[in-house]
Amino acid sequence: MELLKTLSLLVVIAPLVGAAGAGLFCRQVSKQFAHRLTIALMGFSLILSLYVACLVIGQDQSYEGVLYLWGQSGKLTLNVGFLIDNLTACMMVTVTFVSFLVHIYSIGYMAEDGGYQRFFSYISLFTFFMLMLVTANNFLQLFFGWEGVGLASYLLIGFWFNRESANQGSFKAFLVNRVGDFGFVVGIAGVLGYFGSLDYIPVFAAIPGVAEANTLIPGTSWSVISFIGFFLFVGAMAKSAQMPLHVWLPESMEGPTPISALIHAATMVTAGVFMVARLSPLYQYTPSMQSFILIIGATGALFTGLIAIVQNDIKRVVAYSTLSQLGYMMAAAGVSAYAASIFHLMTHAAFKALLFLGAGSVILAMHHDQDLRHMGGLRKQMPITYFTFLIGTLALCAIPPFSGFFSKDAIIEAVHSSQIGGASYAYVCVVLGSFVTAFYSFRALFLAFHGEGRMSHEAKHHVKESPWVVWLPLVLLAIPSVIQGYMMVGPMLFSEPSYLGNSITVLTQNNVLMRMGEEFRGGFHMILESFGNFPLWFAILGAFSAWIAYVKKPELPPLCVKRFKWLYTILIHKYGFDDFNDWFFVRGGQRTAKLMYQGDARIIDDFFVNGAGRLITWCSATARRLQTGYIYHYAFVMLLGLMALLVWLMFR
Amino acid sequence: MNFTPPDFFPAILEMLTLGMTCLVMLVYLFLDQKNRGITYFLTQITLLGTAVVAISLHGSPEVITFDGSFILNSQAILLKIFILLSVSFVLMYSRTYIRENDILHGEFYLLVLFSVLGMEVLVSAYSFLTLYLGLEIFSLPLYALIALKGNKPVCQEAAIKYFIMGAIASGFLLYGISLIYGACQSFNIHEIISMMSLSIHTEPLLLTLGLVFMSAGALFKLGIAPFHMWVPDVYEGSPNAMTLLIATAPKLAGFALLTHILVEALPVLFPQWQYLLIAVALLSMAVGNIIAIVQDNIKRMLAYSSIANMGYMLLGLIAGTPRGYGAALFYMIIYVVMSLGAFGVITMLSRKGFELEKVDDFKGLNTRNPWLAFMMLLILFSMAGVPPSAGFFAKVGVLEALVKVNIVWLPAVALVFAIIGAYYYLRVVKVMYFDEPLEKTPVILESFDTQLAISINGLAVFFLGLFPTTLIELCQQAFLA
Repeated sequence: MELLKTLSLLVVIAPLVGAAGAGLFCRQVSKQFAHRLTIALMGFSLILSLYVACLVIGQDQSYEGVLYLWGQSGKLTLNVGFLIDNLTACMMVTVTFVSFLVHIYSIGYMAEDGGYQRFFSYISLFTFFMLMLVTANNFLQLFFGWEGVGLASYLLIGFWFNRESANQGSFKAFLVNRVGDFGFVVGIAGVLGYFGSLDYIPVFAAIPGVAEANTLIPGTSWSVISFIGFFLFVGAMAKSAQMPLHVWLPESMEGPTPISALIHAATMVTAGVFMVARLSPLYQYTPSMQSFILIIGATGALFTGLIAIVQNDIKRVVAYSTLSQLGYMMAAAGVSAYAASIFHLMTHAAFKALLFLGAGSVILAMHHDQDLRHMGGLRKQMPITYFTFLIGTLALCAIPPFSGFFSKDAIIEAVHSSQIGGASYAYVCVVLGSFVTAFYSFRALFLAFHGEGRMSHEAKHHVKESPWVVWLPLVLLAIPSVIQGYMMVGPMLFSEPSYLGNSITVLTQNNVLMRMGEEFRGGFHMILESFGNFPLWFAILGAFSAWIAYVKKPELPPLCVKRFKWLYTILIHKYGFDDFNDWFFVRGGQRTAKLMYQGDARIIDDFFVNGAGRLITWCSATARRLQTGYIYHYAFVMLLGLMALLVWLMFR
Repeated sequence: MNFTPPDFFPAILEMLTLGMTCLVMLVYLFLDQKNRGITYFLTQITLLGTAVVAISLHGSPEVITFDGSFILNSQAILLKIFILLSVSFVLMYSRTYIRENDILHGEFYLLVLFSVLGMEVLVSAYSFLTLYLGLEIFSLPLYALIALKGNKPVCQEAAIKYFIMGAIASGFLLYGISLIYGACQSFNIHEIISMMSLSIHTEPLLLTLGLVFMSAGALFKLGIAPFHMWVPDVYEGSPNAMTLLIATAPKLAGFALLTHILVEALPVLFPQWQYLLIAVALLSMAVGNIIAIVQDNIKRMLAYSSIANMGYMLLGLIAGTPRGYGAALFYMIIYVVMSLGAFGVITMLSRKGFELEKVDDFKGLNTRNPWLAFMMLLILFSMAGVPPSAGFFAKVGVLEALVKVNIVWLPAVALVFAIIGAYYYLRVVKVMYFDEPLEKTPVILESFDTQLAISINGLAVFFLGLFPTTLIELCQQAFLA
């Protein structure tokens, strides 16, 4: 127990030390020192978190306790504490693993950047906040981590702060996350109000009782659990970029590519999924919220994927694919298949980081040109990048036996066998989604690596494979992308106890994974079975269509655009979310603000504030005239005062 | 009829002061012109020595002597300690000023010592006669002190004004005493209390008249509206060192005068004097805070600020509970500490031929002497009541005492005036820190003891705010016995 506490503390603190060392002394320390320090501490953190995972998952240990009392106000105690169980252990390994590789990768990717030390400080700081988020044993610490990763994300999207677009992107991410955080705070307040505590364990224990005893407004059937669940989920929607709060994620691609891999694909954006899984005891008692989560997730899975088809920026394609995959994870959480959700989170962390870092490698070779239309034929010059990118793509498209297949197939199957409201709609979305996923993924692959090079002659000459610090992480990420799914599908989803142990709660009537587990007969069998189902054929069809459209007959896409002009317009405008936000919130807000400002300037500032000041000054200037300087006036005032007091007291 | 000599021991502080004063007078006569600085040290020894004795007396039981006309209790001792210490600080701040402005050494220190003696007697008075005696002993030297810088008409004017107005106030006080005597046939506070509790021979009308006249005399000494007219003129007209003196220790003596009359002698009339105090407190806070805003002369501004502050102090008395009296005493002590610092800085910044008077003279003080500016900043923040300074807790104390007895509207009004008041204090801070200095030369304080004194003073304001408990408890105990 104590060992686990100490280990976890070291895991969490090590990145913070690195961040402080590289950040506070960023002008004093050299580039080498900055990356050596942060990478050494990150590696240390990774090894210890693997050890923690061994203890927790292998030996079935866990830790729940308070590190120190942060504050106290009345009956409310605010603690900093750890809850280290199977779910936390899985997240800790995922976060530290990807973060470690991204640190290494950044040596190559950021080599010529002026803010080198600052960059390493920020990503270590991010890792610290993310680890605080996953190890929290109470809502407040969860919120601390939640805000902390938001801060790191903001700083890193705007890392190149002299670029207009980067500033706008960071600003947008910040604002959209404010909306989510508002919901999150309301949710936390609800928890405090109805449970009287912010610690997970007592709150979870009280949920069945509270669910029965309270309704939001007496006399109605609105459950307080749904109320709390909804507002907490609003937080998750912003952080995990669920529709309609997804608009910030594509803009976040203005940050350096390693950041996109670490924060905006592998870890931070999955915080919402983690939160829903962590709060599974809560969401189990609110069927309406489960349906809501399922529908939001499934909708995102299909419709954001469609947008990816019309994007030409290689990073944006991967970004929209992230949105789509996050939709899958949420959908799984909606049908109570939390294990499948976390499983997909983990496989996705590996292959999506791989895709982003691969894209980064391409961008590096292309001298920071990210436009797919300028690429082509890169596979000959960049074989390692090509090969690993291909593995990532196959994993993303859920082609067996790559890792994404197992997790995504489990999700689709779970949605299929679920009975809750909206499940059939969601099933259609996720199945069609597999076609769309395959189509845009292979489109990007073909455009970048196949065909003839479309870059200028000079640029073509300069393209070469990236240095080893860049491709090594790709290789290291490709390994789990191939084998992780096959190895983990059984113990993660279907065995008893599974890797997640009892860290999540699923009521029997919702337990789709258990029903699926009755028919599960091993990973190999799962592959064979998949050939008899829609999703795999849809994926293969998608890949094939992409091959026809972008390799075989490159004249086809422009024709389609012309033919389906309306569809293209909708997609290129991303369903109008941005336009609506701009019209309603930005310009509407500006108009309202202008109106208010005029009211403020005239009524409040001029009349009340300055008016009060003028009144006092006038009083003051008038009253000082009483002070004439003549003794007989003064004596007269004294006598007058005395008389007044006398008269008043005597005839009162 | 046997004559038993009275117990002289309770008057040891007064006797010490008197004895030393006589010594200073004799020594002064035999000193030639260049060694007259010795009187300064003798005076300081007198003040600090007496203060040390007073501290050692603290905690001893209450004694009444001289046929019931003199009392020594913890309240009197506490007030005396702070009177002695504050006068000692006054002399430290004004030492250079006195030397440079050729204000005759010996007479200056002698008059100050006599005034201190008067204050001590007043604080310990337990009969209206002692009360009046003390009042006059402490007031007369002050009139003379203001006029000491003989060649300036404005000082003469201030002295004459103070003297004439003071005479009228003394007249009020004496008339009030005679009316009370008429009703109770006694000057002795103890006898008056027992007379009133028996409620025989008492004439309500006589008592009310006496109360109003006596209060008027006391309120005049504290400079409370409508008996405040002398304050701005005298503060402005006096040499800076004298303003420093008038603005500090006499306030403590005035507080003793007022509490002797109202709290100790006439508690039976509380319903009446509560109304009286509410009226004058409101008027003081209004007049003080509002007129201070337009003042360009910092001494005048601080004069109006003192009027307002006395109004706040009265709030504690209005509550009518020991807690409220304690809060008022605490307010008074903190005000004197702040006032010492503020006028101390003004005195230190004045030189031969230059009286610092305008708010503009503070411009850019931060660039000329950052430490002095910082001390002034602490003091001004405290006056404005910014937490965690001592001034904040002083205000909280009196307002809380009122709220405890369910008077809420008055604290609310007081707060509004406090907000108005914050403006002119913060204006000085703004001028010190954000305006360009009129002259660039750095301000250098010559003597080390002055620097030490202002540092202790400024930091005291800050640390009494951080750790106010001990002093608050001392003040509360003074009224619990």
